[in-house]
Amino acid sequence: MTSITPIINGVAVTVEVPDRVTLADTLRDKLRLTGTHVACEHGVCGACTVIVDGLAVRSCLMLAVQADGAAITTVEGLSKNGKLSALQDAFRRHHALQCGFCTSGILTTMHALLLEEPDAGEHRIREVLSGNLCRCTGYIPIVEAVLEARAAYAQAESGA
Amino acid sequence: MPMLAFRLATPRVLVDLRRVSGLDRIHIGEQGVELGAKVRWRDIERDTRLAVAQPLLAEAVRHIAHYQIRNRGTVGGSLAHADPAAELPAIALTCEAHIVAVGPRGEREIPAAEFFLAPLVTALEPDELIVAMRLSAWPKARRFSFKELSRRLGDFALAGAAVFFDLDERGCMRALHVGAFGVADKPVRLLETEAALNGMRPEPAAVAEAIKLGTSGLEMRSDIHADADYRRALLETLLTRAFDEAMQRSPS
Ligand SMILES: Cc1cc2nc3c(=O)[nH]c(=O)nc-3n(C[C@H](O)[C@H](O)[C@H](O)COP(=O)(O)OP(=O)(O)OC[C@H]3O[C@@H](n4cnc5c(N)ncnc54)[C@H](O)[C@@H]3O)c2cc1C
Ligand code: FES
Ligand code: FES
Repeated sequence: MTSITPIINGVAVTVEVPDRVTLADTLRDKLRLTGTHVACEHGVCGACTVIVDGLAVRSCLMLAVQADGAAITTVEGLSKNGKLSALQDAFRRHHALQCGFCTSGILTTMHALLLEEPDAGEHRIREVLSGNLCRCTGYIPIVEAVLEARAAYAQAESGA
Repeated sequence: MPMLAFRLATPRVLVDLRRVSGLDRIHIGEQGVELGAKVRWRDIERDTRLAVAQPLLAEAVRHIAHYQIRNRGTVGGSLAHADPAAELPAIALTCEAHIVAVGPRGEREIPAAEFFLAPLVTALEPDELIVAMRLSAWPKARRFSFKELSRRLGDFALAGAAVFFDLDERGCMRALHVGAFGVADKPVRLLETEAALNGMRPEPAAVAEAIKLGTSGLEMRSDIHADADYRRALLETLLTRAFDEAMQRSPS
């Protein structure tokens, strides 16, 4: 067992984890942050994507011990004070989800992308989205929602 | 990590290089380019200098995996993992790169041609660590192309090809290098194709014949995605397109 202290959604949390356990399992089973989903467990589907030190990564391909001291954003960290973020709101309005299994991984991926590239074009969005499998909604409403949410990120950037 | 998840690898100890400093450098000098073992796909993609200093490498890396994987995957990890369908080992082999390894007996440079031995098997000793990969300098006027086909953007390639050469004042190919990956049990160089065309003009008929010559000796991989015949036809098509593109692309 190793003691780690990642900063999860802005709060430093200390947990004891077995060295062999992934970040995904730690988030879900230890910290009860079950918004992070797990499906393929080998990096293919994207459902488990979280943001670690600003970068969207697969939490099933990272050991929890590697996240010691890292700033982690999970899907639970996207809304503020019970209010959906601009991206989440756009997903709701565009019906960019059905079962929601893939949604948390897509939201975290697109959040990280738009923070870094608020002017990402449709082609870039589709390219990045290729790392996330959605088997029921279809990608068109997802792309539309992300395109619309860009304005909020551009505004936040120019306002900062 | 996927190897651990699948229980294909069960190491007794696992070393994380995260806190080892100095391995994440991209050094570009007159001799060529040195990529530290911890350099990530993302770093290569974002380093605009590499588009000029090693354009074939830059182009190949754009085909590697998905956004989230590119944020984590490293040069050292890809070389050590030695997937026969991976892009970087193919570039290392085609460009005659050297892999720098350190261990208790000191540092050594391993030519890529001696490094990749079989699927997931390299010349690295168990107590050695990759610290860098060295590529020699890229002449500005060099012609090149990189082509691959995968079922979905970012997936491993069913087959891929890398080609580069210089053109002399008579329009003949010099220093021709032809590599292929995803087709055999490790990345390969098509030495017969190279030998047949070096010093020749890139005429389509001669190129087609030399491609056939080079691929005929290859023992093609066969799996549920593509059988051996399909892979051979695919590789020949990719190579033909690669020669075409290399000719048409005006040097930067
Ligand atoms: C869904 C998915 C799709 C992918 N698609 C592609 C693709 O299209 N093309 C492609 O090329 N790759 C692809 N990859 C592989 C990926 O790009 C990484 O190269 C790979 O996952 C290795 O990751 P890593 O660098 O973190 O190495 P690790 O996972 O940390 O290590 C891999 C192996 O290398 C060893 N190792 C790591 N660093 C060193 C070192 N410095 N010295 C000695 N040994 C070392 C480790 O012990 C381990 O055995 C894909 C991966 C996934 C999960
Ligand atoms: S569960 Fe991590 S990518 Fe599928
Ligand atoms: S919403 Fe069901 S898989 Fe995407």
